[in-house]
Amino acid sequence: MSDSKDVWVFVEQEGGRIADVSLELVSKGRELADRLGSELWALLLGEGVEGLARLVVETGADRVLLAEHRELRLYRTLPYARTLTGLVKEREPYILLFGATAVGRDLGPRVASSVRSGLTADCTDLQIGDFESKKDGVLYKDLLMQIRPAFGGNLIATIVNPRHRPQMATVREGVMRTRSPESARAGTIERVSVFLEPGDLALEVLSRELRESTVHLKDATTIVSGGAGVGSKEGFEIVRELAGVLGGELGASRAAVDSGLVGKEHQVGQTGTTVRPRLYIAAGISGSIQHRAGMSESNKIIAINTDPEAPIFQIAQYKIVGDYAEVIPLMISALREKAK
Amino acid sequence: MPLKSVVLVKQVPDTKNITGEAMTPEGTINRAALPTVFNPEDLNALEMALQVRDSEGGEVVVITMGPPSAAEILRDSLFRGADRVILLSDRRFAGADTLATSYALACAIKTVGGVDLVFAGRQAIDGDTAQVGPQTAEKLGIPQITYAEAIEELSGSSIVVRRALDRGIERVKCSLPCLLTVVATANSPRPASVRRRIQYKRASTAFERKALLEAWPAFGTEEALVAHLKERKLEIPVWSAQDIGAEEGKLGLAGSPTQVYKINFVVLEGSESKEIQPTRAGIKSLVDELVEEYIIG
Repeated sequence: MSDSKDVWVFVEQEGGRIADVSLELVSKGRELADRLGSELWALLLGEGVEGLARLVVETGADRVLLAEHRELRLYRTLPYARTLTGLVKEREPYILLFGATAVGRDLGPRVASSVRSGLTADCTDLQIGDFESKKDGVLYKDLLMQIRPAFGGNLIATIVNPRHRPQMATVREGVMRTRSPESARAGTIERVSVFLEPGDLALEVLSRELRESTVHLKDATTIVSGGAGVGSKEGFEIVRELAGVLGGELGASRAAVDSGLVGKEHQVGQTGTTVRPRLYIAAGISGSIQHRAGMSESNKIIAINTDPEAPIFQIAQYKIVGDYAEVIPLMISALREKAK
Repeated sequence: MPLKSVVLVKQVPDTKNITGEAMTPEGTINRAALPTVFNPEDLNALEMALQVRDSEGGEVVVITMGPPSAAEILRDSLFRGADRVILLSDRRFAGADTLATSYALACAIKTVGGVDLVFAGRQAIDGDTAQVGPQTAEKLGIPQITYAEAIEELSGSSIVVRRALDRGIERVKCSLPCLLTVVATANSPRPASVRRRIQYKRASTAFERKALLEAWPAFGTEEALVAHLKERKLEIPVWSAQDIGAEEGKLGLAGSPTQVYKINFVVLEGSESKEIQPTRAGIKSLVDELVEEYIIG
């Protein structure tokens, strides 16, 4: 095992744009590297992506490993995994992080299996700390504490990877904050060679259609969410109307999404989108842990529920015990009145 | 052209009803304390494999790794149409993280031999990691197609699959053999057939033999019962670490790089809360307050 304490972040890009979660990870990675007194390196793979490297440096990376190749233009598991695995084996980083996106959750496990190290999925926090192993009685200093919801969000588990390197994790989008780029920040951009084998090209992308999402929960300043208590699609129209009047976005709990009342793209929570709006209105949402964990950092929370004991009230600044179908129309008319 | 498929399935605790007793002091899961279900997306994987067999011919082999009680979902797989099922069960598999699990599954798939397609659910509802599929593919040295929604074309040597991305879809063509992880939107899993339910009711593993003999005393001896089960293809094989040629150091807790350090219940602190009456006047004063504080408007 090498003595390196370097932190690596895989930077995901598509069509000339870096994924938000990758910049969030570069920001978090900077913090971890500072804590460890080590360097933060970013891995940028693609074709014609050199222009993106500067933003990665400005956000916090000390070095960008730039791997450019025709076969890396569109993401595919095997060419990306081959390139990453080669770099990891050669340079032996201490920590390697991915965004928990469709790409990160496809690539991370493949690389972890290939370098025979542990990987923790969907982390919501990362810290550096010591761990005394009951398995071998050894005190491991400065390990990566990989913190994630477990068991459908009912528990929070801290996972460590004491003896294998790198310590790997995928991290959920939206839970880490992005640092503002500093234009004067210095960093090295190092071009690395790409060696692929014929077998790495077993899969061919025939077509890729990207849909721009019309729901923008993550950056919304106001969100009005409905839960299972809303009960029907018609009920959701009332919730949607309030969101419209407030110029906000429509959100939903997992229970509402699972019962088909509203699309998955509206889901707030650990298994949906993590949000921090100025105002969050929860209608007919009981407030399961997995939902609260995705919205509890909202500036102001208004909860409307017929059950006075609903857990959502524990974190709400404004508690309204009542039926959303009566309360929301009152809100809409008060708002319209005010706008006059 | 007939194809041989393996489907990887998992019996999981029903994560909708969890209590503190579900976790042991070591931070692993006390599965005995929880009701279990067939992992939902594994049913979508099984359905996709059955559709391939129904149109192309061939065979669907279902494998699960788990305790003796996991035979339950193997019977369910037979009821729904699987051709044969295998239980991987051995104390040496216990405590495995995704890396050690995928190693054991890959060894079992190699033992089955001649497999063209491997199917798995995208992820299991107990861990939600989505790692075992890709890691099993890596251990087998075959390509993976995660988030599969539909098979659009299939020949003896290649497959065209539509897969779901975070924001869109992608169509990929891949050589066989390969591994697919299947999402919930792919299909509606067929229910158990009544005919097959009767046919496979007594399908069982060696672990279940005593109980079966007690419920079915007419057979008298265990030997007679085993002979009957074998003849009717009702014997569910149980494979150990040795049966799949696995190296012990790569299995179970010993073969798992990750360790659970601690488990916490989630506590989210709220701030002072103010009760608002659900009346016209109550709501009006709330709206006024929010506008005054620049929260809205």
